[in-house]
Amino acid sequence: MSQKTCECQESKCQNSDIDCATVKQMVAAHEKKPASLIPVLQDVQQEYGYLPREALDIVARGLNLSVSNIYGVATFYKQFRLVPQGEHLIKVCHGTACHVAGAEGISVVLRSDLDVEDDETTDDMKFTLESVACLGCCSLAPVITVGEDTHGRLTPDKAKKVVSKYAK
Amino acid sequence: MSKTATDKFTVNINGEDHKVEPKTTILDLADDLGIKIPTLCHDPRLKPFGACRLCLVELEGARNPVPACATILGPKMVIKTDTERIHAIRKTIIGLLLSDHPSDCLTCDTCGDCRLQEYAYEYGVREADFKGGELHPVRPQESDPFIGRDMSKCILCGRCVRICDEVEAAFAIDWTYRGFETQVNTPYGESLLDTTCEFCGLCVSTCPVGALTEARSKGKHRVWEAKKTLTTCPYCGTGCELELHVKDNQITKVKSRPDSLNHGNLCVKGKFGYDFVNSPERLKKPLLKKGTDFVEIEWEEALGLMAKKFAKIKSENGPDAIAGLSSAKCSNEENYLFQKLMRSVIGTNNVDHCARLCHASTVAGLAISFGSGAMTNSIDDIEDAGAILVIGSNTTEAHPIIGLGVLKAAREKGAKLIVIDPRGIKLTKFADVWLPQKPGTDVAVLNGLMHVIMEEGLADKDFIKERTEDFEALEKLLPEYTPEKVEEISGVPADDLRLAARMYAEADAASVIYSMGITQHTTGVDNVKSIANLAMLTGNLGRRGTGVNPLRGQNNVQGACDMGALPNVYPGYQKVAEEASRDKLGKAWGCSLPDSTGLTVVEIMNAAADGSVKGLYIMGENPMLSDPDVGHVEEALENLDFFVVQDIFLTETAALADLVLPGQTFAEKDGTFTSTERRVQRIRKAIKPPGEARSDWQIITDVANAMGDDMAYNSPSEIMDEIASVTPSYGGMSFERIDKVGLQWPCPDKDHPGTPVLHVGKFKRGLGKFHPVNFKPPAEEPDAEYPMILTTGRLLNQFHTGTMTRKTEGMDEVGPIASAEISPKDAKKHNLKTGDKVKLVTRRGEIEANALVTDKSRPGIIFMPFHFHEAPANRLTNPALDPIAKIPEFKVCAVRIK
Repeated sequence: MSQKTCECQESKCQNSDIDCATVKQMVAAHEKKPASLIPVLQDVQQEYGYLPREALDIVARGLNLSVSNIYGVATFYKQFRLVPQGEHLIKVCHGTACHVAGAEGISVVLRSDLDVEDDETTDDMKFTLESVACLGCCSLAPVITVGEDTHGRLTPDKAKKVVSKYAK
Repeated sequence: MSKTATDKFTVNINGEDHKVEPKTTILDLADDLGIKIPTLCHDPRLKPFGACRLCLVELEGARNPVPACATILGPKMVIKTDTERIHAIRKTIIGLLLSDHPSDCLTCDTCGDCRLQEYAYEYGVREADFKGGELHPVRPQESDPFIGRDMSKCILCGRCVRICDEVEAAFAIDWTYRGFETQVNTPYGESLLDTTCEFCGLCVSTCPVGALTEARSKGKHRVWEAKKTLTTCPYCGTGCELELHVKDNQITKVKSRPDSLNHGNLCVKGKFGYDFVNSPERLKKPLLKKGTDFVEIEWEEALGLMAKKFAKIKSENGPDAIAGLSSAKCSNEENYLFQKLMRSVIGTNNVDHCARLCHASTVAGLAISFGSGAMTNSIDDIEDAGAILVIGSNTTEAHPIIGLGVLKAAREKGAKLIVIDPRGIKLTKFADVWLPQKPGTDVAVLNGLMHVIMEEGLADKDFIKERTEDFEALEKLLPEYTPEKVEEISGVPADDLRLAARMYAEADAASVIYSMGITQHTTGVDNVKSIANLAMLTGNLGRRGTGVNPLRGQNNVQGACDMGALPNVYPGYQKVAEEASRDKLGKAWGCSLPDSTGLTVVEIMNAAADGSVKGLYIMGENPMLSDPDVGHVEEALENLDFFVVQDIFLTETAALADLVLPGQTFAEKDGTFTSTERRVQRIRKAIKPPGEARSDWQIITDVANAMGDDMAYNSPSEIMDEIASVTPSYGGMSFERIDKVGLQWPCPDKDHPGTPVLHVGKFKRGLGKFHPVNFKPPAEEPDAEYPMILTTGRLLNQFHTGTMTRKTEGMDEVGPIASAEISPKDAKKHNLKTGDKVKLVTRRGEIEANALVTDKSRPGIIFMPFHFHEAPANRLTNPALDPIAKIPEFKVCAVRIK
């Protein structure tokens, strides 16, 4: 791990990739209100792709909440991730329309192709695979998103090809 | 409060009318009446939660049954606690819980002590009615020190989560995930060691099933196999009640009963720190030094040698060439006999003990202000205070259970919390205002508070007029201590000082809690007098929730002082210098008593170094780690002609002795301790001692008799009867009377109920006396050569010189070892990070410690605990003394990082 000397010099910050100042800034942007916990966590996840332990320490101190309390909230909501995610997050839609149009087939192929189960990340940290409920674009079923991009009217083979483009 | 709110009203429960107070829950009433209502999520230490639904009862007029724990009674309510419908509901709930609970009673450690098992039996639920549902997998138990977690047995009542939050304020665990996946866990499922867990074991104490257990008791025995003995905790002066569980002469578990003074709450030391008792390192036979090694000898030879040596020193150099250090760890009976031995058999007043190093300033300062040198109020008073001023006390670490009271008052009862401490201790996080003063500037800060109180007309003029004297002198002194001047001296922001002064003075009842941050200074007595001034100025004495409350550090340091293990007073603080006392005690003990005041701890060491003290008898103390400038102590002890140590281990000090006598721990003998709130409490024999170790009271009588005296006591109870006969404040004490909860002195006669609050209506000395005190800087201040301040203190998980705590497996793991706490700013300057070795140098010596970078320390200040022989902080401390109390300045010296 790279060594950053964090300005606060707290022992937990010293050996981490987390930039203390950035997280503090996020807390400050929400006026240090404990009620803003969820938006703060969303900002942290936006920055790091997940909720790193060290960042929660800083959030806890900034909002005057306990880490265990924050962890309880973070695990309550499906949207928060607690382990680093891959560079590209693949969401396979399993809404009613996609289900009928063969979403499971897409998931099966991607799992085998990437050699991961749902909610897991490939060893090279490129992809994280997720199954989600309706993505809201049923006319394109079956559909996946890779990062911010949406890909519709897929077959298992097409899906594999789409994903392979991101692998480079 | 309006009249109706306090009026009692009538309710009907199970067909009977009862009058109840407002704000009573159905469960409270049922408990009072002995009506049994089953509960799983309820603990009287916690706020009502209403999660388990097992306590549902019928309320007439309500559509559905209501939870008894969370339903406040109202006028004319009609309740039925055990109808057929209720019975069926409870049976269903128990069945639901059992349907996803391992049927592990055959091997579960909690079997026999499990509420779910108890209710399954009571309600006849043999097996789950709900089969085929999804089950939580059984997982292996997490391995943390002390606390065993098997969450497959968890019933999600939330008691552990809530007690960790509401009572301990440690916030180590919480509910995680959601729905069926919900489980109680640490953040990221990490070990408790990586969380804010304080290892108090409150979660274990409240868990109604076998999910949380005492890890090291696993597989030792079931609850019914243990012999249980009620006793008093041997660590700090709070006086928590313990229940020792013993099997095969081994302490296997420590619990505390819910109806105890401490409400069943214990800290990590009291709950888990018992290994020292059964340690294989315990001394089992007397040891005599031959050359550089010790050899085991028989008791007869040891006692004969001791008598011969002391007789020789006495005849050649006089009795004052012998000195004794008694022990704040030993019982009242033992301290009484020790000083009696020194005074009546050896014939010297050279007897002292470690109170000299902790609260000598309190004993001196409060005695001249109020007439009595003890905590004025009781521990449970704190919760009634409107404002609590904590100064120089890291309460949650050094007196954890009193700390819980402070937290409860501040968090739940709305008390204003003012913390004056140079370090960012835990209490500062809950404080309404924190005044971080520069170490050693307490008098200035206290005078500043009084300045503001006078200036803003907040003084209690009636109290000053009727109950005190010499106010004018203080009044003259205060004007110069403006908040701005105080800020210059102490670094405390002037406006914060004003805020704190108002909070303290405006409360109906305000309590001051202090400890060694106040006393261990060359201005220790001045600090104490200033606190006394502040309390008198605002009339905060003689009522519940008020007072000047010094927290005593050792389990029986109050008792050791009460028993006269001090060079200037006999039991009950009767003065050696007064002829009447000498005559009275001389008559009682059948001898004539020496009239010259004896030497104090540090003076004894000096006298040993210069050869005027030749013989020393130390019972249960370890000055090689506890005294200031231990390099000097070592020289002194090696200079003695004959040196006897009586202890349970071969301590750093005992290693230097000529003769070592094996004593007994609190678990092996009967007796009494006096807690910080002046409560005399029983300790009881729970196990047999190792080898030939003798109880300390027995050893003292043996020594006395070997020296030609005829001390004969059949039991500690007989010694207490003698104590009562010569000690006015203990006049009404006896083992019989203190059997249940103890008695608080003064208790002058057999019918006296004891005294929870001192100075009610009148001070012990008549009028309270104001003493104007000017600020004086510490004996040693930072300079160019030694630019930083070193201050010393304690950690939560260690005690004193570690003789007891460090014998417990796992105890060293749950806190830092040999640490030096340093601020982030200073760490950066010296390029240090946590875990780095750091060399600290003072004018006395140098040591190497492990840097711990934390914002608890402020720039320019280094904190070191004094528990560790690996980095003995007292090689660095300054032995400069308070001129009156002779207490050394442990809290401030100048230091540099090498």
